[in-house]
Amino acid sequence: MTAQQKFWWVMGGILALLLLASAIGGWLGRRAAPGKREVIDNLNARIRAWWWMAALLCACFVLGRVATLVFFALASFFALREFATLTPTRRGDHLPLVLCFYVAIPLQYWLIGIDWYGLFAICIPVYGFLLLPAITALSGDTENFLERTTKIQWGLMLTVYCVSYAPAVLLLHIPGYQGQSLLLMLYLLLVVQISDVLQYVFGKLFGRHKLAPRVSPSKTVEGLVGGGLSAIAIGACLWWITPFTFWGSAGMSLVIVLAGFLGGLALSAVKRSIGAKDWGSMIEGHGGILDRLDSVTFAAPIFFHIVHYVFM
Amino acid sequence: MMTSHVLVGLVRLLVGAHARWIGCKPSPAQRIYFANHSSHLDTLALWSALPPNLRATTRPVAARDYWGHGGFRGFIADHGFRAVYIERDRTRCDGDPLLPLREALDTGESLIIFPEGTRSQQPLPQPFKAGLFHLARDYPQAELVPVYLDSLHRSMPKGSLLPVPLTCVVRFGETMRLRANEDKDDFLRRAHAAVVALA
Repeated sequence: MTAQQKFWWVMGGILALLLLASAIGGWLGRRAAPGKREVIDNLNARIRAWWWMAALLCACFVLGRVATLVFFALASFFALREFATLTPTRRGDHLPLVLCFYVAIPLQYWLIGIDWYGLFAICIPVYGFLLLPAITALSGDTENFLERTTKIQWGLMLTVYCVSYAPAVLLLHIPGYQGQSLLLMLYLLLVVQISDVLQYVFGKLFGRHKLAPRVSPSKTVEGLVGGGLSAIAIGACLWWITPFTFWGSAGMSLVIVLAGFLGGLALSAVKRSIGAKDWGSMIEGHGGILDRLDSVTFAAPIFFHIVHYVFM
Repeated sequence: MMTSHVLVGLVRLLVGAHARWIGCKPSPAQRIYFANHSSHLDTLALWSALPPNLRATTRPVAARDYWGHGGFRGFIADHGFRAVYIERDRTRCDGDPLLPLREALDTGESLIIFPEGTRSQQPLPQPFKAGLFHLARDYPQAELVPVYLDSLHRSMPKGSLLPVPLTCVVRFGETMRLRANEDKDDFLRRAHAAVVALA
């Protein structure tokens, strides 16, 4: 099978899943008791948003690598905008923030585009890490300097550096897998998102024991185990779109599921500490774009570096 | 028209400008929107937050010394949001400084004004100047709508050239009118409190 054919098979599978989800959502909507209305409406809003996200992802593949990079650069832009909106900054943070938005984001994705792995991997964590606080210091405002610098660093690392690792699979030139790296990105995103969805579904259906009630009340042991194992099973069954064997793919899915779970947990804690329920309101039913990307920020870099270590 | 669409798209991309109609609904009735003023983006953000049909009949009042010198800014002000220019420097204007505003209101258009007169660095507005009172008195048919713009003082503080993209929410409050026998100071305090209440 060519990469094209594999892609359309996977897309067919996603289409079937979404049709099934919409049918179930519509059926639940018709027979929902008045008290349960809100949960079902939110579920249906989430499913509608999923249709959009799947369509955008599909468009990326059809249009190719440049479109994919632009798409993720915009995702980083909106995610950083959400992060910066919720973290109070002062006048002295203006220039560093301007540099994050208008220099760091284009540069990071451009480095992927020109295939410069070495600089892609260190640009933000080394040069950005050192330069940004120095520029903040030049403004002369030392009030809460450490806290302010930390917020900018965290925002930039999570929303730009970590998110950029999803399309960075384009940098992986795996022997025998040339020209198919976008499929690897699809695999990563699918496993992350299916794991999120299934953890939510299992949690809603069977959730009894809360995992971290103070950080994220919706995360349950039943959700993590049930949803995680199902996502790993689905990931393993997708081995034919990856360079991995069946068991290799199961192992990679395990890594993705665990990293994604930890990402969701850590970013929920950030949200709690700044007193927000959602990161924003861009994606109806889900909250902000960061509410959807939180698990990707952790899963993508770890997935990338394991594949890089094993295959290169 | 084209310029307006591009402009609104750009404003949405940079600062979101999401409208929250808390105290009133969008309406084609003649209105005077008055808001807190903390950055040059305020004008664009409030105007972009309106639904397209209202945008066509609503004109922001803009300081001539900032928007009225032609060039790129002038182009945006003239062709993008059809600014009504106001002279902030009293020495450079003889007669009624509110005259351009009155002319726009006389043709039935709605206005966006910033009654503080100048940008403040704080999230909460400074005391209002008297212009809003004079318009409220002379145009009793116009509904006065308090508006609060958040986060823009961080997005583009005084002295900065490029805006930091931050999501701005534009909150529209309950419409108000000048009360019978209400004096200027009482009215301006009430209007100020209506904006602060949305913060």
